[in-house]
Amino acid sequence: METYSFLRQFADSWMLLFMMILFLGVVGFAFRPGSRKVQSEAANSIFRNERKPAAEATTGPNSKEA
Amino acid sequence: MWDYIKLVVLGVIAVAAAIAANYARDLAYMVNALTVMIAAAITFLYVLRTMGDRKPAPANEYLDGVVRAGAIATTFWGVVGFLVGVIIAFQLAFPALNIEWAQPYLNFGRLRPLHTSAVIFAFGGNALLMSSFYVVQRTSAARLWGGNAAWFVFWGYQLVIVLAATGYLLGATQSKEYAEPEWYVDWWLTIVWLVYLAVFLGTIIKRKEPHIYVANWFYLSFIVTIAMLHVFNNLSIPVSVFGSKSVQVFSGVQDAMVQWWYGHNAVGFFLTAGFLGMMYYFVPKQAERPVFSYKLSIIHFWALIFLYIWAGPHHLHYTALPDWASTLGMTFSIMLWMPSWGGMINGLMTLSGAWDKLRTDPIIRMMVVSIGFYGMSTFEGPMMSIKAVNSLSHYTDWTIGHVHSGALGWNGMITFGALYFLVPRLWNRERLYSLSMVSWHFWLATIGIVLYASAMWVTGIMEGLMWREVDANGFLVNAFADTVSAKFPMYVVRGLGGVLYLLGGIIMAYNLWMTVRAQPAKAPVNANNFVPAE
Repeated sequence: METYSFLRQFADSWMLLFMMILFLGVVGFAFRPGSRKVQSEAANSIFRNERKPAAEATTGPNSKEA
Repeated sequence: MWDYIKLVVLGVIAVAAAIAANYARDLAYMVNALTVMIAAAITFLYVLRTMGDRKPAPANEYLDGVVRAGAIATTFWGVVGFLVGVIIAFQLAFPALNIEWAQPYLNFGRLRPLHTSAVIFAFGGNALLMSSFYVVQRTSAARLWGGNAAWFVFWGYQLVIVLAATGYLLGATQSKEYAEPEWYVDWWLTIVWLVYLAVFLGTIIKRKEPHIYVANWFYLSFIVTIAMLHVFNNLSIPVSVFGSKSVQVFSGVQDAMVQWWYGHNAVGFFLTAGFLGMMYYFVPKQAERPVFSYKLSIIHFWALIFLYIWAGPHHLHYTALPDWASTLGMTFSIMLWMPSWGGMINGLMTLSGAWDKLRTDPIIRMMVVSIGFYGMSTFEGPMMSIKAVNSLSHYTDWTIGHVHSGALGWNGMITFGALYFLVPRLWNRERLYSLSMVSWHFWLATIGIVLYASAMWVTGIMEGLMWREVDANGFLVNAFADTVSAKFPMYVVRGLGGVLYLLGGIIMAYNLWMTVRAQPAKAPVNANNFVPAE
């Protein structure tokens, strides 16, 4: 099969399926349980550190597990 | 040591540019080479004179000097770009304004790319640079990564603008819409852009906040996608290293497809994703409440990213492009309507519970109108991408009207809002010089856009109908020149709309200038509050 036909066929079969699943997965991930708290935290993050950088990661990725 | 390397590199660039100017095969190349030589020489002197007195960057302060410079550049290029737009609008209405003695430099054909590049890349680009540097620092709670690399990005980008603008006037163009600059400008922009990406990503990586705020996602997608689009659309081979002319690697319909894949995503990622980053930061900040739905903003982001990249072929309906490709472009364009309106609703609803601010705060009013125009032009766009509609609208002024309702309404207004938000903060001033001037700007700009867009709808649809009108025997009724003369009154109205918009821009420039000039700085609350100029 020449390159054009191969790519054409690949694009509207497996690649399409892959992209679709990836997209639905991403959207599904946004709705995962417990996302509400994380998201509202992120949404409010713009209201701090306006003047200067944070000295330490106060609510940083490492302190979250604690 | 680092300074010595810089001096050597700058010296070599200056000498090489001088040699290139000497061997130049065309005027545009020579002027551009001389510009590079002067820029390298000035930078050389600057590095030489500031050698040794460099202090380590204060990690407890944001790098705001470059944001301030960006605010000045945005305002300046905005007014310049609007002015050139007004000039070419009147050139179309009154062809005599293509002044005889200024030919060929100041004719419509050369001024038009100057206008589009000035407003999109100089005004819009500086707005994106400036706001992304501001937003990424605040939302990451970290100083910009890479020391003075952000300054390199800023000045490098200004050099791109100057090279492109002078090149257009002197006749250097590769004739690709929104990608007119010739090969050496493209190469330079690639370097600048990769450093921009590094600065932005570096800041995100060293962030102190656990989350990457959604505005940064939009900014990052804009930076990454523009890098990719720019490289692929500008694959060309220079005819000579000492000349501006280059030959495209793609040809025929492939070239057209790559061009509009680039062109539409310049709209999608430069003028939409990047500016949505601005919307998702500045609208909640100005309204003093978080974005309406963070979940929706995530879905908005991914849907936009997954769909936009496919919409390009709708620029090539009824051409040599395969039917399936143009149908694909049309389908994805229509699907785009959903995330676009989701984003619009998200932006507008951020004001829910604070709608009273619309009455008192002209900056919020500006942002709301901007989001309104985003919704309007993202409704109009998918509609125009439908083949049946496109057969009427394509090649007519309707397209121009659509672009301007998006660019003046959405991009312009959100940038004005961001500038009004930023300037008092960046220069540590209590408030803007005059809110009533903001109101004047708001109304002048809004009425200007309405005049512009409605004139272009009328003339575009009229023109489309006249082109396809046939008599009982199947002969075309109108000659091309008939449509041109029928469009005259609408062209004058369009020009007047542009004048109003330009006036608004000048008022804004004056207002921002006086905000910095005529008001005392706020007393610093603590030592870190006061950010020295850098």
